[in-house]
Amino acid sequence: MRAERCVQALNGALHDAFERRDDVYLIGEDLLDPYGGAFKVSQGLSDRWPERVITTPISEASLFGVASGMALRGYRPVLEIMFGDFIALGFDQIVNGISKFREMYDDQVALPLVVRTPMGGRRGYGPTHSQSLEKLLMGVPNIRMVATSEYHDLRGLMRAAIDDDDPVFLIENKLMYGRPNRRPEAGYIDQLSVREGSGRYPAMTLSGNDFDEAAATIVTYGGMLPIVVDATTELIVEHELFCEIVVLGELLPLDVEPILDSISRTGALITAEEGTLTAGIGAEIAALVSEAAWGQLRHPVRRVAARDGVIPSAPSLEDVMLPGVGDVRDAVLGIHGAKL
Amino acid sequence: MTSDLAHFYQQMCVIRRLEETLLEMFSAGEINGTTHTCIGQEATAVGVISHLDAERDVIFSNHRCHGHYVAFTDDVEGLIAEVTGRATGTCGGKGGSQHLCRGNFYSNGIQGSIVPVATGIALAERERRSGAVTTVFIGDGTLGQGALYECLNMASLWRLPLWVVVENNHYAQSTPEELAVSGSIGARAAAFGIPTAQIETTDVEQIHATAGNAVERIRATGEPFFLVLDTYRFSPHSKGDDTRDPAEIEARRAFDPIGLIAARIAPDLRTQIEQSAARRVAEAREAALAAPVAGAVQA
Repeated sequence: MRAERCVQALNGALHDAFERRDDVYLIGEDLLDPYGGAFKVSQGLSDRWPERVITTPISEASLFGVASGMALRGYRPVLEIMFGDFIALGFDQIVNGISKFREMYDDQVALPLVVRTPMGGRRGYGPTHSQSLEKLLMGVPNIRMVATSEYHDLRGLMRAAIDDDDPVFLIENKLMYGRPNRRPEAGYIDQLSVREGSGRYPAMTLSGNDFDEAAATIVTYGGMLPIVVDATTELIVEHELFCEIVVLGELLPLDVEPILDSISRTGALITAEEGTLTAGIGAEIAALVSEAAWGQLRHPVRRVAARDGVIPSAPSLEDVMLPGVGDVRDAVLGIHGAKL
Repeated sequence: MTSDLAHFYQQMCVIRRLEETLLEMFSAGEINGTTHTCIGQEATAVGVISHLDAERDVIFSNHRCHGHYVAFTDDVEGLIAEVTGRATGTCGGKGGSQHLCRGNFYSNGIQGSIVPVATGIALAERERRSGAVTTVFIGDGTLGQGALYECLNMASLWRLPLWVVVENNHYAQSTPEELAVSGSIGARAAAFGIPTAQIETTDVEQIHATAGNAVERIRATGEPFFLVLDTYRFSPHSKGDDTRDPAEIEARRAFDPIGLIAARIAPDLRTQIEQSAARRVAEAREAALAAPVAGAVQA
């Protein structure tokens, strides 16, 4: 069976949620049909449930608060933020409201809201519409951040996020939307064997040699997944080096167990993210792994990330700025130089 | 809901005595952190909130929230325990003075934060047809926050039962209104098509009457209202940080909302109310100080 595209999976899950529960509302900009949201994830919802799809003015600073107010009063709002870059406008509400209410009000309230937003570049949208800002959310307590990827059960992730009693930031990806939502068949996606955790937002571990000892564990998420897969394929074909890929589901709180499990077979950690390097997701993973499994690491940790700068509009410059297949490959070869 | 003058007086005396007591407790080292008292502003809290039903309506207040909290919940004991960091406090000591939550009452310490959340609450209450009016208390200082205007726009567009009450005490911390607020306050909301009323009095009966018209209109139409009230705080912004001219403060004491209505109440009843308020607050102080501190391991 031909896999549905990721945008269809996410859209279908939203339709399912609206059918399943009448406390789900969608809030955001340009949501109404026939437009159906800038990336079409919300298509068809306003035609079927006009009273539960609220299209808004361009007011992100307040929209996060509107969503949390609805959640405080028993609804399950889904807030669509058109570009991940725009979460910067909402940070007061994120840090001083969404992150705080349940705990500072002594668990008298719950905040079951979902913020959906796409991150990622490689479409030439330039410095303010291409960023991967997950790391800004990494330091915010009391929220969940879940990264979707084209190998994840996207319908399941959306369903779990909407049913979650805590605030969930569901990170989507612009290039992912148009790609097929691949799922393991008999334990494999193409030549990669797949192990998937059992939680609500499971990490997936991919291996090119059926989880035998391998050269490195590459931890990644979201839009970097196809790049990492291409790099590991090249490493097998060109260099006979097998790597494991851990594709994170929940970035926050970050479950280090699947990473440690993989490192027990590889002894090497490489992180790969599209956001800028400094204080990124990779730095947090490196710290967690160092604390938990220092003795198992046989090589220094390597972080693959974007340069600390802006994402240029020109494709030739954007390619240099963002981490690519070559950067991931070179990180692996860098710790296995003898085999070069 | 009540329009009973003696009840207003009783509530205002409790709030005044509470706030005076909190300042005393700070001086005595019985309270940690900070607090923002509303001494002088009791009439706006009582005049507005006397129209609200704590079982149905919702309030989102700000850093200067003690008067609103007590007028709505009557929970003097929980508030003092909260401010003194006791396990018996409203939020178990986690929130402190400016982060309260009980029933339909919420407060938060960020000026620009509260109006968006109140807007979302008003939207939720409209959707579930609860009939609730959601009241958000802001000050002249909040008028500098852009999020306010995003919310006035949405509340008007979406016809939300949101009551924005501006308590203009003419100072944002130390900054006088002349240095922070341009043009007309009322015209700002009117520009969004939101009906507005503005009165310059600290007389709780007049505030109550004007607020009554406002709340009646919200309940009848389900649409927002913007009420601008004149007030003045005799206490510092927080503690001992007052740079205002003492003569100005003294001149405003002629309009002390408690003094204004005292003469309208029979002397015996007045004394009884004042003594009862003092007693209640004193007992709440004792009870709080005797309660276990937050997070203490129970023996």
